[in-house]
Amino acid sequence: MTTLTTAPAPTAARTWQRSGGLLAAALLTLALVVTSLFVGVYDLGAQGGDAMFWITRVPRTLALVLAGSAMAVSGLVLQQLTQNRFVEATTAGTSEWAALGLLLSVILLPTVGLATRMVVASAAAFVGTMVFLVVLRRVQVRTTLVVPVVGLMLGAVVSALTTLIAVRTNYLQLLGTWFMGSFTTVVRGQYEVLWVVAAVCVAIFVLADRLTVAGLGRDVATNLGLSYDRVLLVGTAMVAVASGVTTVVVGFLPFLGLVVPNVVSLLRGDDLRSNLPWVCLGGVALVTACDILGRVVRMPFEIPVGMILGVVGAAGFLLLVLRVRRRG
Amino acid sequence: MAELVSPVTPISPAGPGPAPRVPLRDTMARYGVRLALVTLVAVAAATGILVWDNPAAPGSSGYWTIVRSRLSSVGTILVVAFCHGVATVAFHSVTNNRILTPSILGFDALYRVVQTALVFFLGAGSLAATDGIAKVVLQSVLMVGFATLLYGWLFTGRRADLHLLLLVGVVLGMGFGSLSTFMQRMLTPSEFDILSARLFGSISTSSAEYLPWGAAVCVVVGTLLWRRRHVLDVVALGRETATSLGVRHQREVLLTLLLVAVLVSVSTSLVGPMTFFGFVAALLTYQVVGTSRHALTLPMVVALASAMLLLAYFVLRHVFYAGGLVTVVIELGGGLVFLFYLLRKGLR
Repeated sequence: MTTLTTAPAPTAARTWQRSGGLLAAALLTLALVVTSLFVGVYDLGAQGGDAMFWITRVPRTLALVLAGSAMAVSGLVLQQLTQNRFVEATTAGTSEWAALGLLLSVILLPTVGLATRMVVASAAAFVGTMVFLVVLRRVQVRTTLVVPVVGLMLGAVVSALTTLIAVRTNYLQLLGTWFMGSFTTVVRGQYEVLWVVAAVCVAIFVLADRLTVAGLGRDVATNLGLSYDRVLLVGTAMVAVASGVTTVVVGFLPFLGLVVPNVVSLLRGDDLRSNLPWVCLGGVALVTACDILGRVVRMPFEIPVGMILGVVGAAGFLLLVLRVRRRG
Repeated sequence: MAELVSPVTPISPAGPGPAPRVPLRDTMARYGVRLALVTLVAVAAATGILVWDNPAAPGSSGYWTIVRSRLSSVGTILVVAFCHGVATVAFHSVTNNRILTPSILGFDALYRVVQTALVFFLGAGSLAATDGIAKVVLQSVLMVGFATLLYGWLFTGRRADLHLLLLVGVVLGMGFGSLSTFMQRMLTPSEFDILSARLFGSISTSSAEYLPWGAAVCVVVGTLLWRRRHVLDVVALGRETATSLGVRHQREVLLTLLLVAVLVSVSTSLVGPMTFFGFVAALLTYQVVGTSRHALTLPMVVALASAMLLLAYFVLRHVFYAGGLVTVVIELGGGLVFLFYLLRKGLR
């Protein structure tokens, strides 16, 4: 499929400018990632520091990179599919459904391994996102702001249900620690499943143009020869896998898929294909920065990254909403 | 502005229109019957909670001990129902909408942030030292500041204000929640214990020593609102109308918001946050009463909210043996109702 955007032929200078900017952003992100490798309580110079480095620091940093980019990119995909700037895994209820799936898998299948749990969580996330999309079709008043409100309310109802089940089965305390959104427990042999998420990111890069067209709405996309429903299903499935896997391994990462794509759009406009690398880098940078902050602020204890993201993300989100409103 | 105003059917003394009007006496009689029925349900549920499944022999000293301990649960339910019901109806009137409630806009999350911040910045002694009136005043001042901010937005926007407010409120609630948890993580375990006793109540385990305080605050605030019920009727007509009828709109709204903030903080301190309960109680009240007169809606919302909570508690506790789940179940049902309402009617 050829690109549909007829961009003006880039001059040499502009190409350089673009790639130069991306290079700078990549270097900055890399600096954060390297910092993450060397931040922690354990003194790497001490006895066994080398082993510790490979057992915890490297896996943790890799998990940050994978989860950060996946959640940011899946936010971007959901925004295309719903044609709404304010949708992401937490405002569509996707994460809450994944949590419900995880809890059910623990209760009903107590002996299965991590991989099965992730499949169940992803399946639940897929069902939930589909429910959200179907509900959206039924809404009579589809203003920009009603869409995330509906998603948030759906999420609230689902999470009340999850709490209810957890209380009846004595899993309530676990619930809090599971979904806190923390990379503290990520060690070697525990995070490898996150590489699934990398595959999702690659697939999204491949499908970028189709998703862009789907973002123009069903009628336009169909006129342009796109099988809209198929793209919708595939896109939703990828978002569900990313959210499901991330929820099982690290928990909720709120607002990540919301703030990063929107900030990139504000800075660079709405070309999905060329924005994708920026969104990936932005997601990695934001999660890594928040995680480092959480590790440093109360040495030797850690603050879960989900909380810091919750505060930072909520503030960022409100700024975005108010900015959109000012423009009318 | 027009789409913000919910359709209100004022009872005009002599409408020129040819519409057949039910005599006021009949309306009042029907209202009286409905109120009596709802109250009866509430009383029956309360009695059920007190005496059902009591293991001791009726009349023995053990029997009365158990009844006394269950009385504090009933008292808590009554206070919480009163707070949420009255706060929501008053809030609806002064903000001229019937969807947004103080809880949905993040009032209770704000309460928790204020509580946590007090301990975080001043140490655990602050809670004990500033208990009672001083603390409630401080919190109310903060919460009214917040409410005023939101309220200012309500009238300065161009369009989609309710959506914006709703979204902003929900997200603020989430952000405040993260902020509270964040600060709680930084506390020492003993500080956290003191705080959590204050923040995470449920009906079965709410702190009995705080209940008299809550009840007293309810009586005071309820009296104030009841005496201003006719003023509230006028305020509910909107700013322009209320102003031309000689009501100092701005002042009345701020005063009401202050009282609402007090009510929400009392309820939250007793049983923790309940997002959709007030919404459902108010929605039912408007359906049952059929007019916006506060002289009618305020008693009815208290009766309805109490009946709902008491029934839910009775059923959950004695049928499913899960008294601690009442707030969660109400949340689930209320959330579904809210969602359904939103989808059916949009935000008009």
